[in-house]
Amino acid sequence: MLAFIIRRILVGFAMIVVMIFVVFALFFANGNPAINQCGKYCTPEKLDEITGLLGYDKSIPEQFTAFSAGLVVGRDFPVNDEYRAALIENGYENRIIHCAAPCLGYSQSDQKTVNQLLVKAAGPTLSLAIVSFLIWIFFGVLIGVIAAINKGRWLDRVVVGSTLVVYALPVFVIGTFFLQYVAIKWQLYPYPRFEPLKEPADILPWLTGILLPALTLALFFMAAYVRYTRAFVLESMSEDYIRTARSKGLPERTVLFKHGLRSALTPLVTLAGLDFASLLAGAIITESVFNYQGMGALAVKANNNHDLPVLIGLVIVGAAAVIVMNIIVDILYAYIDPRVRVTK
Amino acid sequence: MTRPFLSVENLVVHFPTPDGVVRATDGLSYTVEPGKTLGIVGESGSGKSVSSSAILGLHRNTSAQVSGRIWLNDIDLLTLSDKEMQARRGKDVAMIFQDPLSALHPYYTIGDQVAEAYRVHNKVSKKAARDRAIEMLDRVGIPNPQLRVDDYPHQFSGGMRQRAMIAMALINDPQLLIADEPTTALDVTVQAQILDLLQDLQREFNTALIMITHDLGVIAEVADDVLVMYAGRAVEYGTTKQLLTAPAMPYTLGLIQSVPDLSSDVNEPLRPIPGNPPSLLDPPSGCAFAPRCTFKHLVADNLPDTVMPELEEIAPGHLRRCHLTEHDLSKLTPKPAEEVEVV
Repeated sequence: MLAFIIRRILVGFAMIVVMIFVVFALFFANGNPAINQCGKYCTPEKLDEITGLLGYDKSIPEQFTAFSAGLVVGRDFPVNDEYRAALIENGYENRIIHCAAPCLGYSQSDQKTVNQLLVKAAGPTLSLAIVSFLIWIFFGVLIGVIAAINKGRWLDRVVVGSTLVVYALPVFVIGTFFLQYVAIKWQLYPYPRFEPLKEPADILPWLTGILLPALTLALFFMAAYVRYTRAFVLESMSEDYIRTARSKGLPERTVLFKHGLRSALTPLVTLAGLDFASLLAGAIITESVFNYQGMGALAVKANNNHDLPVLIGLVIVGAAAVIVMNIIVDILYAYIDPRVRVTK
Repeated sequence: MTRPFLSVENLVVHFPTPDGVVRATDGLSYTVEPGKTLGIVGESGSGKSVSSSAILGLHRNTSAQVSGRIWLNDIDLLTLSDKEMQARRGKDVAMIFQDPLSALHPYYTIGDQVAEAYRVHNKVSKKAARDRAIEMLDRVGIPNPQLRVDDYPHQFSGGMRQRAMIAMALINDPQLLIADEPTTALDVTVQAQILDLLQDLQREFNTALIMITHDLGVIAEVADDVLVMYAGRAVEYGTTKQLLTAPAMPYTLGLIQSVPDLSSDVNEPLRPIPGNPPSLLDPPSGCAFAPRCTFKHLVADNLPDTVMPELEEIAPGHLRRCHLTEHDLSKLTPKPAEEVEVV
């Protein structure tokens, strides 16, 4: 089992390396990134200067090496050695910014390292992802099971019908409704504002601030998970081993929860892992509606500013999240399904 | 007069569907005594498994309509509440299914699944149930049961899985065991071992056994009585000797003749029964077997197509459902199978 986990982690690590290379190559294939920092009245001389300052005059392999080195040992900005030397000579050492490993780059427009920006954005995004994940898994699976055991009856039809409606509603409609009506017009709920969770006492304001946006995001996924769970439970309840369980004289509750739900869990874990990972790169629409300064908002801003280092950092973090969640799912799989386990 | 140990009387199992009612079992009656074996034979879809599942109460009220009487020890199982039936299921009546790989839960160990059947009917500790499971696994011939008890079904061979299923079914010492094609998914040598094991255990516990199969070889080996089913009804019922030596219903004869004979010429073609079983959604109003019958021309008029023959006793304990007046089919000349017009 340990060998299996180590092998998965090594493969995952190799995938991250390849992925970083691909992301890097993709973004640099699109001309000189320095032009985005050159401003409205960009002369060729000015462009050359900025290109040199940002280190974009180096060959792509050289830049990739420098970027990779930054990931491992950290980097100093500005990247241009001569410019840095000049800063020290003139007593502006405080303008040199050290970006500790794993350094993802430096945002020229924000005057901050990408790491700083990501760490700041990670709070709202992680909170949003975790809280909405818990909501949608709990209610999605619960309602899905209820629908499955009432298959064909009115309760099941109501559930299936309403999931369709919720699934079809765009996130911004639900989000705007919560914000404009529930929070502002009817004042049923305090205006959602992100409160960082730094110590245990923060938990209540944090939860209060996160609940509406998390619910907005969760509803969409919940609708999907009700349908998934319903289908998986119905499928597993028609298996031969369920008939065996019944013929043993087990109570229907045990048949459903011990024998039926267990096998429905396997595909759910896969889906949940990947859906959760996709949220770690930020929920752009939800964050925009509720004005949350998370990864999604950061991505929108970086995109508008043509802030290449931030975009690269975001893509790498998002992709790494998917790879890491995949490894976790694989390990969970082995835990859930004995057939996946490596035999002793 | 005392009632037989198990007495199924006029059992009907219907499944209402949007396309109409599927008459899976229509008026089935038979009896089984402790220590005896009843073989139920028939093609796929003849209602063998459906009627037996009804004894365990495995049909859900929402999807099936079950009526008739199932007397087990003078109690009509069909009058019991869900809870009372559940308490008997796996305890008084147990069932073994075909294809033990899909009948065992892939995520739980053999030991867990066998012990679970014991724990649900006996208030014992986990440890005691596990010990009992090991004892049963040992009894059904699984080597090193102390070690294999923690294996998962996929780590067992097909024959071993079926042995584990048998251990699970017999762990509460049931009075009635229903084996639904227990050897179908197994190769021939393992089949023989499993049948031997079942017979040994039956003798040891004096269990009544219902053996559902489409293999007449199995019937000849284990059954005391045989019930031949066709399209949800009994078409012939009697002792194994009566049915195999003097079949009085063309369908039974067809089943016997379709078994290849080891002593015959290998180049001789197989002799299947022409045609296919009728749909249970809209069964023929007359004799269900008539469209495939090679003796149909011997019955006057269009009687077979319009009138359902009744079960008649042609010898003590030997019943058949047929329009033919002659009981000894060997005296009659059938039409060649090729000339039977199959719909």
